[in-house]
Amino acid sequence: MIWTLCLTLLSTTLMVASGASAEPLKVVASFSIIGDFARIVGGDRIDLTTLVGPGGDAHVYEPKPADAAAMSQADIVLVNGLHFEGFLARLAETSASRARIVELTKGIKPLEMPEEATSAEHADDAAPSDDAHSHHNGADPHAFQAVSNARVYVKNIADAFCAADAAGCDSYRANALVYDAKLEALDAELKAAVAAIPANRRTIITSHDAFGYFANAYGIHFLAPEGISTEAEASAADVARLIRQIRTEKASAVFVENVSDPRLIEQIASETGLKIGGTLYSDALSGPDGPAATYIDLMRHNVTTIKGAVTGS
Amino acid sequence: MTMFEFLIAPFTEFGFMQRALAGSLLLSLSCCPVGVFLMLRRMSLAGDAMAHAILPGAAAGFLLYGLELVPMTIGGLIAGLTVALSAGAVSRFTLQREDASMAAFYLISLAAGVLLVSLRGSSVDLMHVLFGSVLALDNSALTLIGSICVVTLILLTVFWRALVAECLDPLFLRSVSRLGAPVHFVFLGVVVLNLVGGFQALGTLLSVGLMMLPAAGARFWTSRVETMALLSVAIGMVSCAAGLLVSYHAALPSGPAIIFAAGAIYLFSVIFGTRGAIAARVRPSRHRTA
Repeated sequence: MIWTLCLTLLSTTLMVASGASAEPLKVVASFSIIGDFARIVGGDRIDLTTLVGPGGDAHVYEPKPADAAAMSQADIVLVNGLHFEGFLARLAETSASRARIVELTKGIKPLEMPEEATSAEHADDAAPSDDAHSHHNGADPHAFQAVSNARVYVKNIADAFCAADAAGCDSYRANALVYDAKLEALDAELKAAVAAIPANRRTIITSHDAFGYFANAYGIHFLAPEGISTEAEASAADVARLIRQIRTEKASAVFVENVSDPRLIEQIASETGLKIGGTLYSDALSGPDGPAATYIDLMRHNVTTIKGAVTGS
Repeated sequence: MTMFEFLIAPFTEFGFMQRALAGSLLLSLSCCPVGVFLMLRRMSLAGDAMAHAILPGAAAGFLLYGLELVPMTIGGLIAGLTVALSAGAVSRFTLQREDASMAAFYLISLAAGVLLVSLRGSSVDLMHVLFGSVLALDNSALTLIGSICVVTLILLTVFWRALVAECLDPLFLRSVSRLGAPVHFVFLGVVVLNLVGGFQALGTLLSVGLMMLPAAGARFWTSRVETMALLSVAIGMVSCAAGLLVSYHAALPSGPAIIFAAGAIYLFSVIFGTRGAIAARVRPSRHRTA
């Protein structure tokens, strides 16, 4: 008797759930770049909420009640994974969200955190700082900085949407396919642009090393004074090592990022006589009127900015 | 590693180390004597409260003009002075003591600051942006600290006798002069000026720490206010140099390293100071002063 009751209840719940899916799919994206992907794949069929908006820093984001409300009503939560969104686990818990949390970096081969020591000469300087950073060693979460990985993100999003809303599956797949072709073209375009930069001018400085995948995919060498996360405060030893490195490795330009404090990088630039080449967008899109309003704009802006600064000087 | 390589080379090789040293030494020169007076007036925790109190002003400056030192400093000054003067006025003209009114006003101010920050909707870590780092001192930050130092030293020299009297025996000052209230407010202004400048240039921990720890340490060596002020400046300067060297050689963040150095000197003074724990035990017959 009880079993029948349970079954009845269960089937009622299922019916309610499938009835709800005729409405737009409620999707929460953790930050602006994932939001951009979700909007393109989902089109009109989804109701999208992006937690960390343009220009925001997902490493240190503090969720608002509205975010918890969005989480609790969501069908799907799209996150980057690899510990990129430090705030998300707590938020998912407190909002009692029943949504499926989809890690978009699934299927990507993660890069290890960049090594701090780059030459044997400074190995003894670097050793203690490696110890200090070892609590967050492991995979670099900024996988979206390589277009080939962004294509995996888009495929994962389409899969997740299909699993939740079978009726819209064809539309999601079609959107993803069109976008994937654009990303493929973008990838080729970026590679060609970097190939035009002389190999000895491809070392540049930026303020937090979010560009590991970018460096790996396109062959630009990045140096950064802070660790992998914007939370860490730089020590005098870190800054000194970077300045020595700039002098010995002949860096070509220095860039500020859209999400971190530019003062430190400006100070390093003035001390080493480098020019500030412009703003690179690392972890967040710009506002709709900015130069990096979409993911494709962002990648294109970054490569053009680097190229302009390096070859122009 | 020779002594030269250990102590001097970091400062000759890198401009940012020279700037960090210059900025923190200048800040010691103006902050530490202010800290001595704060401590003598039993307002040692006011600095920490003020760190929160200036948030709405600095945030307003940032939201209106972006990351510019001058609007953020002026905004912070206005917010800090409003809180300090309101708290001072309430304690002067009502029964409430200054610690309670200060707590009330800084909380109101902090709430206003958090509201302002969230109005903007962006989640760039504003505290990170509002408060600088000793390693990233640019020319404008150095100029700011330098001018604050000059203003502070002039005001302290001019009002020295009144300040000492106001600290040690406010009723006496009230009976011989009408300067009591103005001096109190000038002093609160100097406190806010130093803290705001320090926050913008060096960060909260460093400016509050550099204000209070050397003063608290100096208290264990002397009871004369002049000596105490000079000693606190010396302690502050030694802490800055030692902290920067530790930060350089041991790869530790600079602000906390400087404060740790000052903290170590403080603990040493607590135990071995001529008015510290051991001295008090050795000469128990002597009348202890607070």
